[in-house]
Amino acid sequence: MVCESWKTKLDTYLDGEVPEEEMRGFDAHVRSCPSCSADALARVQMKRAIQAAGKRYTPSAEFRKRMQQKIAAKPRRSFGLGWTFAAVAAAIIVVGILTSGYLGIRSGRDQVFSEIADLHVATLASSSPVDVISTDRHTVKPWFQGKIPFAFNLPELQNSEFSLLGGRMTYLEQTPGAHLIYDVRKHHISVFVFQERLLPAKLGQNSLSPKQLPFNMETWSRGGLRFFVIGDASAADIDSLAKLFKGAS
Amino acid sequence: MVALAFGLTVYNRQPTVLFQEIFVDCGNKMLPSWFTLVCMSEGSLPSESFEQLAMPHFERLYNFACWLTHDRQEAEDLVQETYVKALKGFSSFQPGTNFRAWIYRILRNAFLTSRTGLKATATVPLDLEGEEDVLPVVGETPESILLQRSDGRLVQQALEQLPVAYREILLLCEVEEMSYQEISDALVIPMGTVMSRLSRARKALRGGLQQQFAKG
Repeated sequence: MVCESWKTKLDTYLDGEVPEEEMRGFDAHVRSCPSCSADALARVQMKRAIQAAGKRYTPSAEFRKRMQQKIAAKPRRSFGLGWTFAAVAAAIIVVGILTSGYLGIRSGRDQVFSEIADLHVATLASSSPVDVISTDRHTVKPWFQGKIPFAFNLPELQNSEFSLLGGRMTYLEQTPGAHLIYDVRKHHISVFVFQERLLPAKLGQNSLSPKQLPFNMETWSRGGLRFFVIGDASAADIDSLAKLFKGAS
Repeated sequence: MVALAFGLTVYNRQPTVLFQEIFVDCGNKMLPSWFTLVCMSEGSLPSESFEQLAMPHFERLYNFACWLTHDRQEAEDLVQETYVKALKGFSSFQPGTNFRAWIYRILRNAFLTSRTGLKATATVPLDLEGEEDVLPVVGETPESILLQRSDGRLVQQALEQLPVAYREILLLCEVEEMSYQEISDALVIPMGTVMSRLSRARKALRGGLQQQFAKG
């Protein structure tokens, strides 16, 4: 291998990320090649300089104490109370399991729906609800490139009552996704798109929102992506927008 | 109910821990949220584990947050938000997986959705495909000048001026000494992107240093 080939991998070598068998070849070459050894030495010096310069900020003792108090476990309750609670909890859990094996799944699903509703409300309450402001799907869709780890299609809105207001990046349980906002007769509707496999709960193929949600919602999965359509518009409007998306994907 | 309580007493284990063991096969999702809350308030396994796992990263997370935000107050808010979110989502953390990458991912996501983060990433260059140029070692290089001057301030200034995508990946690699896999997990990008972005970040830093040397 000529020197240039080694040099292209020099940083990876110095980061300790080349395979073991290649590492031995690298070691031998760097020892025998003055140019590569000088280059390697220079890069190590740069790594050390970045390491030293990067360790720059130290939190105050007061902030550390505050954080520690925030996440510290509270003192245990009295033993007797703990056991009384245990007995009651045991009974509730046993009854719960006997009556329904789906409690946990439903709870996780409701939590996702609840977070989607929170995201919708929080965004509309924000002074700048969208980061890309455009009614053109050919402007909004490319804006997400490089920001979210997947691609999706936006529907053609001609001959429909819906208009696209824009989009933004969002996160659900640390999962990045796309948030689009549509308008229909002065009602704002949010459409969320996430990767299905990264979501914390199994939501089923076509599930409707729980009745306790103050919004109409529709959700479905297609092509590994999970779509949510939510808003205070009528159920028929939510369904129409959902159908447009299903037709586009 | 009495029989079950008696059984628990005989078993001589902390009840909340015992229940977790009983339902471990069902996954955490089988445990209702109120039960998790009681476990946390009793100082049993999840909360203690979180504190033990999270606090060793506190100084470094704060340092990383300061580099991202350029503002100590904002960094404190960011770290606080990270810990609150991490504690809230701790039940979804898979024991045995990389906690450090997990909590850095939470911090970075919180930063990206903050006003400062959105502003900073609005100017992030996209990952462009293409071969990297290798800078030839001829004459004085940023590294050789650094060695002569031992001036950490120049490196700090050059780091500050990098786009946030380059700055964060260099900090994770060089300061946090994360493996490429950990960086990939923390930044939620493929391994190939880690390598190419790291290479471009280093090149950008060298370019920034060379400009500073030329000025000074």
